[in-house]
Amino acid sequence: MMPQIIEADKKMVLVCCGTGCLANGSMEVYQELQQQLANSNVNVSTYTKATGCNGWCEKGPLVKIMPDDITYCQVAAKDVAEVIAKTIGKGELINRLLYRDPKTKQRVKSHHQIDFYKKQHKVALRNIGEIDPASIEDYISRDGYQALNKVLHTMGPGQVVEEVIRSGLRGRGGGGFPTGQKWKACTDVEASVRYIICNGDEGDPGAFMDRSIMEGDPHTVIEGMIIGAYAVEATAGFIYVRDEYSLAVKNLGIAIQDARQKGFLGENILGSRLSFDIEIVRGGGAFVCGEETALMASIEGNVGEPRDKYVYPTEKGLWGQPTVINNVETWANLPVIINDGAEAWASIGTEGSKGTKVFSLVGKVINTGLVEVPMGTTLREIIYEIGGGILNKRKFKAVQTGGPSGGCIPAEMLDMPVDFDSLTEAGSMMGSGGLIVMDDRTCMVEIARYYVNFLAGESCGKCTPCREGLKAMLEILSNFCQGKGSDADLQFLMDTSETMQMMSLCALGRTAANPVLSTLRYFKDEYLAHIHEQHCPAGVCRDLTEFYIDPEPCTGCGLCAQHCPVEAISGEKKEAHVIDQAICIRCGECRNQCKFDAVMIR
Amino acid sequence: MAACIDMQELSSILTRYPPEQRYILAIMQDIQGEYKYLPKTGLQMISDYVDAPLSRIYSMATFYKAFSLVPKGRINFKVCDGTACHIKGSSIIMDQIDKYLNIKPGETTADQEFSMETVNCLGACALAPVVVANEKVHPKVTSSGIIEIIKVYGGPNDAADN
Repeated sequence: MMPQIIEADKKMVLVCCGTGCLANGSMEVYQELQQQLANSNVNVSTYTKATGCNGWCEKGPLVKIMPDDITYCQVAAKDVAEVIAKTIGKGELINRLLYRDPKTKQRVKSHHQIDFYKKQHKVALRNIGEIDPASIEDYISRDGYQALNKVLHTMGPGQVVEEVIRSGLRGRGGGGFPTGQKWKACTDVEASVRYIICNGDEGDPGAFMDRSIMEGDPHTVIEGMIIGAYAVEATAGFIYVRDEYSLAVKNLGIAIQDARQKGFLGENILGSRLSFDIEIVRGGGAFVCGEETALMASIEGNVGEPRDKYVYPTEKGLWGQPTVINNVETWANLPVIINDGAEAWASIGTEGSKGTKVFSLVGKVINTGLVEVPMGTTLREIIYEIGGGILNKRKFKAVQTGGPSGGCIPAEMLDMPVDFDSLTEAGSMMGSGGLIVMDDRTCMVEIARYYVNFLAGESCGKCTPCREGLKAMLEILSNFCQGKGSDADLQFLMDTSETMQMMSLCALGRTAANPVLSTLRYFKDEYLAHIHEQHCPAGVCRDLTEFYIDPEPCTGCGLCAQHCPVEAISGEKKEAHVIDQAICIRCGECRNQCKFDAVMIR
Repeated sequence: MAACIDMQELSSILTRYPPEQRYILAIMQDIQGEYKYLPKTGLQMISDYVDAPLSRIYSMATFYKAFSLVPKGRINFKVCDGTACHIKGSSIIMDQIDKYLNIKPGETTADQEFSMETVNCLGACALAPVVVANEKVHPKVTSSGIIEIIKVYGGPNDAADN
């Protein structure tokens, strides 16, 4: 068996190999570590692990050294020799690789002392970054498959359903439907064949928590599904994963094989009456397939078009059989609910939204990454305390939640506790948990256009309100971004939104107007500036923006000219520079680069 | 391109799965993975293999975004247009690629050297905006940085004449 816990005389080196860190070269760091450690004469025995995503993507590649509890940030392959010689060999810290707290200016030894982690509470992400996702032993060493053992040998299926109902767990995929109720509805239907599905078709741009779980802790999803299968007496399960998530597909595949070998999947699981197995289905990159009926159509080998849900999947789902479909993060919570008990699990969170939620905090925020916090944490805590505030000391404008079906929440509402109900009340939604932070250089009209454009491309085209409504809205919003449009168009947007909300076949169409409605609700003045004054206050819409350099603050440092892709900026060193409007493509790079706020818009 | 399609290789992909309708998607993915597009021969072979009309296979091939019916260029630029990348300027990057290579998302240069596509989100939001050239991830790409990237892969030094 592989070493599981830290052995006293051994040092464990954990290299984050989540997507963000991999893109920054963590695999080279990992390989370099393995190679150099094998050949090194350091008098300490070590073992290295490639883990899933630690969430703190901004500072990757991350390397953790245990049991010393040292976290090194932005480690490159060339740093490896020094890490081995100094830290592993002699126990010395390498200052430049430690995180520097921007407030105290002090170097910090462990990630546990960092604001980004201090406020987090990890349940769904409990194992990620700590275990090797390809090792079932690692998972087992952290209470893995104990919950399964508990339900199989001490609880009846009905008791499991009751326990999940008592926990108050609500679906983490978007709708927030109570999971236990869904299971109960499924068991209430007479049937000889029932199915379990894990929805891993994470399509919201800017959300990657499900991927992180599937990549970094695949067994928790599998264990959750087996528990679900026992509760609703299902015989087969499917994990529907985006094919782009190749690492998730790979790690899930390994995990399913290993689980079969250990007797957690297959006939008579752990000597019980339960026989159940799981198959991976790779999605084809259609956003609408995140909708459950479309997803089932896709598993059946059809185009992923949704159907009307007057009959729920719990009654007639996959191949007409009762089917329970839950999201990845929901499944990941189940082993904890069973192990700790419903009450303990539900002691976190708010009245209507129990437990924790994983958010992907991205956009114009300092600490980009995955964060898991108790439900009811305020947006301010998430963005400012965990996220470290807005990039480049800009002004916060809005945070977009819930993906393309969600909405934008303005600064006045930063102290709002985040849970299912308060977000819906604010005209947005929880969705899968994307939090996209926007600053004063984000145009809200253009953002609405972006989401509508996205949805227009992803609409399956089956029902008219969604197909035609989105097209019409896109045309109007595109016009707005070019300074064309009228108050009548605004009214048309509202009317079309209402029609789509009422008449669309599935949730994609019914919620598609949210980005438009929420930006209209909170940022109407920006719309009016586009229409009436042909002005984009954020300086984003290129047809309405002209950049110029204010000679007063300009120091003539030349940084803007250096970064201009079209050489539109000229000027002598230490003298005010000038932008040639005929050449300028209005990309705004000069404004991003300027340290003196000298690049203005008109 | 059609000359490169090896029928034997194609049928070896087909037979990885039982001849059932529910494996159409998986078969198409494996073919796409192998050839970077779905050759017409492949669609016809799937149709015969699972005993479904070609129109059905075609409807799936065109519904799901993962598939392309035309070959990709030697270098395929995937520009992430997820929300985080978008608000950090991904549309400028696409414009720049268009300007230098004269291709829009979904298109390939006449010499089959370059193609560009957009992807919804790569989940590497900390590195936004992201461009992936074949498998290589280029983080925090700027409007001037993309020009350098195009050059590295053998692209022209000057903007194309549109």
